[in-house]
Amino acid sequence: MTVPASAYLLLSAALFTLGTVGVLVRRTALILFMSIELMLNAVNLAFVTLSRVHANLDGQLAVFFVLVVAAVEVVVGLSILVHIFRSRDTVDVDEVDLLRG
Amino acid sequence: MEVFLFAVGAALSLAGGLGVVAARQPVHSALSLLVVLGSLAILYLTLAAEFLAVLQVIVYAGAIVVLFLFVIMLLHTRTPESRPSRVGGQWALAVPLGLALWAGLSAAVWGLPGARRDLPQGFGTTESVGRELFGKFLLPFEVASLLLLVGIVAAVVLGSSPTTPAGPRPGGGDQA
Repeated sequence: MTVPASAYLLLSAALFTLGTVGVLVRRTALILFMSIELMLNAVNLAFVTLSRVHANLDGQLAVFFVLVVAAVEVVVGLSILVHIFRSRDTVDVDEVDLLRG
Repeated sequence: MEVFLFAVGAALSLAGGLGVVAARQPVHSALSLLVVLGSLAILYLTLAAEFLAVLQVIVYAGAIVVLFLFVIMLLHTRTPESRPSRVGGQWALAVPLGLALWAGLSAAVWGLPGARRDLPQGFGTTESVGRELFGKFLLPFEVASLLLLVGIVAAVVLGSSPTTPAGPRPGGGDQA
């Protein structure tokens, strides 16, 4: 008895949606980053599932590179965040409105 | 066995995903993210991706979540999002839009041919992934190392230079 691949893909879609909703509704920049991680992980799950379905390793390699990009993104993003906190004393994205017209 | 593992992993990851989005404290969000990453590692094991499962635990849970926790401790954000939002009606708009997105994505993946092919010997092990990585994917691998170097340089540059505060600080003290 195996789980159909659609079940994994539906779970991936649900996780991606949760991440999207998180980006839309939250205002703490840290939680926005975590929601982006959630979306990246949802896509990774889809890659791994389809890699298994097609018995082709390319999908798993794609996940490897997504992992690298996610790590770099978090490092750069969080250091920018610390920078913003030092100069403006907040991580609320509504408060960071220097470019507001 | 696979059904059981999938049920556990799916339930945990959905609960953790809800926790990331809905938790009031950033620390709780980070710990929920840890739950999601761990349960996805379980799912990777059921999908014959042993190397990625280990990598997920080491890189995501071991490095990225710890980095999040460090920054949360560094910023000590107190009572986040207590003030009303400047942009109203975010929840009222985001939930229907999210449901529409989920419906669209589900319709796209529903009924895909899910018959799995037989796996070659050693599929998804460190050896097979490594052989692909240093053969077919050698150039992307080198570019990825360059990207990591850029990340290191950016972290050092952004982290080391203290900026002059743009406004008056309520707490004072420059030893941030």
